[in-house]
Parts: sequence; C-alpha cells; structure tokens
Amino acid sequence: MYDYTEFDAAFVAERNRQFRAQVERRLSGTLTEDEFKPLRLMNGLYLQLHAYMLRVAIPYGTLNSGQMRQLAYLAERWDKGYGHFTTRQNIQYNWPSLRDVPDMLDSLAEVNMHAIQTSGNTIRNVTADHFAGAAADELADPRPVAELIRQWSTDHPEFQFLPRKFKIGITGSPNDRAVTRAHDIGLQIVEQNGELGYRVIVGGGLGRTPMIGKVLNDFVTQDDLLPYLEAVVSVWNLLGRRDNKYKSRIKITVHEHGIDDIRARVDERFAMIRPTFTGIDTQLFDEVKAAFAAPAFKAAPTALHETAYQNDPIYRAWCDTNLAEHHAPGYAIVQISLKAHGATPGDATADQMRVMADLAEFYGHDELRISHEQNVILPHVHKSDLPAIHDILKRYGLATANIGLVSDIIACPGMDYCALATARSIPIAQQIATRFDELKLEHEIGDLKIKISGCINACGHHHVGHIGILGLDRAGVENYQITLGGDHTEAAEIGQRTGPGFSADEIIPAVERLVHAYLAHREGPQEPFLQTYRRLGMAPFKAALYDEAQAYAAE
Amino acid sequence: MPREFTPKVVTANALIEGDVVYQTEDDQWTRHLSEAEVITDEAHAQLRQIHAEAQTETVVGVYLADVAPGADGPTPTHFREEFRRTGPSNYPHGKQAELTDV
Ligand code: HEM
Ligand code: SF4
Repeated sequence: MYDYTEFDAAFVAERNRQFRAQVERRLSGTLTEDEFKPLRLMNGLYLQLHAYMLRVAIPYGTLNSGQMRQLAYLAERWDKGYGHFTTRQNIQYNWPSLRDVPDMLDSLAEVNMHAIQTSGNTIRNVTADHFAGAAADELADPRPVAELIRQWSTDHPEFQFLPRKFKIGITGSPNDRAVTRAHDIGLQIVEQNGELGYRVIVGGGLGRTPMIGKVLNDFVTQDDLLPYLEAVVSVWNLLGRRDNKYKSRIKITVHEHGIDDIRARVDERFAMIRPTFTGIDTQLFDEVKAAFAAPAFKAAPTALHETAYQNDPIYRAWCDTNLAEHHAPGYAIVQISLKAHGATPGDATADQMRVMADLAEFYGHDELRISHEQNVILPHVHKSDLPAIHDILKRYGLATANIGLVSDIIACPGMDYCALATARSIPIAQQIATRFDELKLEHEIGDLKIKISGCINACGHHHVGHIGILGLDRAGVENYQITLGGDHTEAAEIGQRTGPGFSADEIIPAVERLVHAYLAHREGPQEPFLQTYRRLGMAPFKAALYDEAQAYAAE
Repeated sequence: MPREFTPKVVTANALIEGDVVYQTEDDQWTRHLSEAEVITDEAHAQLRQIHAEAQTETVVGVYLADVAPGADGPTPTHFREEFRRTGPSNYPHGKQAELTDV
C-alpha cells in the first residue's frame, strides 16, 4: 500500500492542531457558529438531524487492516459502536460530540487517515473501482492515478473555493464499477497503440438535474493528465455559475456551453499551463505506482473450496453471488455484504469491522476495499481460504449471499440522519429486503439494483438504479417516487419516472408488483430486470404499478 | 388576510452533542418535546426565538416548529419534527431507545 510521507503526516497534524484550537474557540464563545461552520465543514464535520456527523475519507476505497481496526476503535470509543459506509467510499460516524472530534481526527491521523475535503466546494475524495488491482477485466490498477490526483488536489490553492463540490471517479476496467459517467470528471484507463492513457468524461452528476457525462477527450496521456485535469477544473472555476447553487455544477456548465466549446477552452488553457508541469508529477507517479504493486500471489491447490462448493449449498449460494473474478489463477475477490436482510445498508459494527480487518490480515494480503454500493471487499483471497472465511463471516452476520440482488440496496441516510432529507430512506430499504427474504424470490429474480435517496440530492444514486426510489414530502406526508431503467455502468442511463408517487405504506407492495411484472414478462431467468425493461419499455410496469393498484382499490 | 398563527415550540440542536432540544417556559433546554413551552401568540414566539438565538454558547440552529397542543404536551404536526423528537427509526437506538427507557 501507499505509505504517506513525513510531509503528509506533518500536514495532517498541523491541520488537526488548527481544528482543535477552532473547536476550543467555538466552545469558549470566541467563534460564532457562522464563523465556525465553514471551518468544521472543511474537516468533514456536519451537524445533522440528531447529532454531529463526521465524514472520514477512504481514498479510492482502499484500507489496510490497521486502518479498519482504527475505524472500529473510533466507532466504539466516540460513537455508538458502529459506522456507516457510503456511496462515495467514505465512512460516516453519526453520533460524535463536538468536543471529541479533535481526538477522533488525531486518532485517524495515527493510521494516515483524515476528513479533509470530505465536504466543501473543493475536489472531494477521489473514488475508484472497488475491485482495483484485482479484477480480471482490468487494464491497469486505477489507484496509483487516484493517489496522484488526491495529492494534486489536496489543498490545491486554486481549487479550495470552487463554484461547488467536485467529484472525480476512476476505473481501470472497461466494465465500469466506479459510476464514472455520474461524476464531474470520470476517468477510464484505456489503451491506444500499446500505450495506456485516459478517456476523460465530464459533466455527469445526479442530484436535482441528473446528467450522464460526455466524452471530453478520448485519450490523454499519463504525462498530460494532471495539466489536463487542471485545465478542466480551472475552466469550470471561471465559467461555473456562482449566482445559483442549483446551476453551479460542471454538468450545467457543459450543458449551457456545449461540450465543444468547453473542449476548446480546455485545450486553450491546457496549452498555457502544460509547460508549468515540469515532469515531477510523472516521476512521482512512478513511485506511487510501485507502492501499489500487486502482492505475491501463491500457487496452491483449491480442492478445499471445490469440495465445500459441491457439498454445502449455503456456501455455494454465497460463492455464486458474492465472489468475483480475480486476475490471478486460484484467487477470488470476496464481497462482504453489509446488507443483511433488515439491516441498515452500509452499517458495520465495531466487531464486524475488526473481523473484516482480521480476515484481510490473515487471508487477504492486508487489503480491504469499500464499494460505492456500501459493501466491503477482500480483493485478494486464495480460493483454498474461502471456506474458512465464509465460516467466520457467518458468525458475525456478514455472510448474506445477496450481492447484486434485490436486497443489496443502496440507501442514503435519509431523514433518519440527514438534515436535508425530505423523507426516510433506510426503513424503506429494510422493509424491501425483509419482504423479498420472506418471499424467498431473491435468487430467482437475479440481478436487480434498487437505490433509494431521501431527497433530490440523490446521494443514494436513485437515478441510476434499475428501480430508483426518491423520498419526497407531499403536504407533510412521506411520499416515494419510482424511476425505472437507470443504469450505473459504462452504459449509464438516467431512470424514467413512472408516474405519481406512493405513500410509505404503499411503496413496498408497489416494488413487489414491479418485480412480479418482471417475472411474468421476462424471456427467462437469463434476462435480467434491466434488459426486460429495455425490451418492453415502461408500459407493463406502469400497468403493474397503477392499474393493479386501482384494481385492488376497486375490490 | 394574514396567515393564522399555528402553535409552535422553539427548537434547536445542542451545541456540544448536537441533540434536538426544545425551550421550556422557564428558559431551560429540554430533550423532551413534552416539556416544551407551547407558544400560541405570534409576537411572543418572536421574542422567545430571539431570546433562544442569543444563547449561542448552548445551542445552534434555532427555529420555530409547528406542534399540536395536547393533554400530554405538544406533539409534532409534520413527520420531520416527529423524527427529530424520536430519533432515527432504523435501529432502536439514540433518542428512541432512551425515550422508552424513561
Ligand atoms: C447525511 C449527510 C449528507 C448530506 C448533508 C449530503 C448532501 C448532499 C448534497 C447537498 C448533495 C447535492 C449536491 C449537488 O448536486 O450540488 C449531495 C449529493 C450527493 N451525495 Fe450527499 N449528502 C449526505 C450524505 C451522503 C451520503 C451518506 C452519501 C453516500 C451514501 C452521499 C453521496 C452523494 C452522492 C453520490 C451525491 C450525488 C450527486 C452528485 O454529486 O452528482 N451523500 N449530497
Ligand atoms: S439524498 Fe438527500 S436525504 Fe439522502 S443523504 Fe443525500 S442529502 Fe441527505
């Protein structure tokens, strides 16, 4: 893993010292809330509905076991014994006391972690494919370049007061698991004439005006990447709408100016600043890359796994849904579901975090990843260790075999925690998961992504869910609007609204009707929900949602 | 015609813990909505709010929230205030758990 330098450590320590003094001044009354708020947000500290919330960055979703244990320690010592993993590869603590936050930040610094740029109008935590460095379909590990971007963007003097927040997501695989098309900048590592470079996608985003990003440049070389990114961000920094918060994201700038105009401006700016990049960045990149070298994989028999697979149906079901293809022979990627039926998506207790840390240390080359789908991943596991891992996961409620299935729901914190919410999200996810578990249909239904947000900000990615659910406030009552056909992959698409929303009581039966309509209309188990929807369009689903509801009401 | 004034309580978050708090008649901050002062007069509400806002070393984010007065004290009229009163509904923890302990 990448080791932070003394410079990094000193920088974070200084920042924490400043924040400790700011908290003291707030508590003694020397700083007003208006003065303090931007300072706490610069350090990832929000005030939510019921408590403060500390958002900690997990750069490109990568952790080692020591870091995971420290996250567990924070949860136990200063929170209520759990943490919440989010779609942006962060962890959020829902209950810290203002007085304790400086100690929490110091504790994080001990393991090279922090909460810098997890809030504010700046370049946020850089996210990446959660299978990075392990996926069979990968062209190159996206993490070295994510780390390079992290270093370039952290405290970048020009980019601390951007028109709005700015999110960069990176994939090194053609199969996009990083939702690059819904980021301000999405990067995809591509190959051209034997050379690796980057496809730069710009202007994607969810929220109030969801948009799929457009290709700004098909191939940017490694040497040109940082100056090119700098050109993009600085063009937007100039053009971005500071007059209207809802029009300030780069997606609106791209939409209003057109991609060709933006490209021309970026090219012009790039030509200007390219010479100021002296090549230090590419030198640094080589060093960073070495730090991400693959671990020494072993050659060993996999018979233990095969025998268990043949004889234990529970183990088999878990393997079938929760494992993914590794590039090294005899290895697998293990996805640990944080979506036990009825649990809060993304929550892990301190004990669970420690177990996952132990597993990573003993069986997984000391590496963990957090997925944007709010699950945890052991990227490098030899198949002979899988039965032992499965046994341990079972004991800690972590062996739910539902990755990619109907209960593997992304849900934002919603009104249970979030001050901006217009309705709750988590209980809806809990009820859907519980209902389909009762129906025992989950594996029959197959690949189906449900994503839920508690307001139009779309933190739960509902626009790109196969079934998206958006919680709204309709005259003081929770109401849920459904979208269909969203897709977060390389074929990204924004879902279409079905029609009027449903009350909290009606939404679970409505989702059930949608799924039954799919089962009735699909050409067979090999045709997943999204494909059936694309083949048939909205009509049969709309009928299931609204006509059947009317039929019930008429009875 | 001016809009009719509906009953309110003064609410905020505690500065240190972030907890939802309500202003009582005798100028305390309570975690229990049932103990809050129910205000039915608009001018009085404004005064109480100003008084609360001045307490910047105790609370943040002061505002007036709608309630319906009842025999057991005020109850929220909007679901957001109901969740602020009870705490998160996903696990029995936080305020919700503490309230049932009482
Ligand atoms: C609970 C505190 C949170 C607050 C106050 C918050 C606030 C916001 C706001 C204001 C936006 C809209 C920004 C815009 O489009 O200009 C937004 C979007 C978003 N947030 Fe959050 N959020 C919270 C939690 C989360 C969590 C837990 C996640 C991950 C699960 C998350 C991930 C996202 C994502 C992916 C978007 C999509 C919009 C985009 O950038 O394209 N947020 N959030
Ligand atoms: S979508 Fe809305 S409710 Fe959900 S976390 Fe984001 S801001 Fe909060």
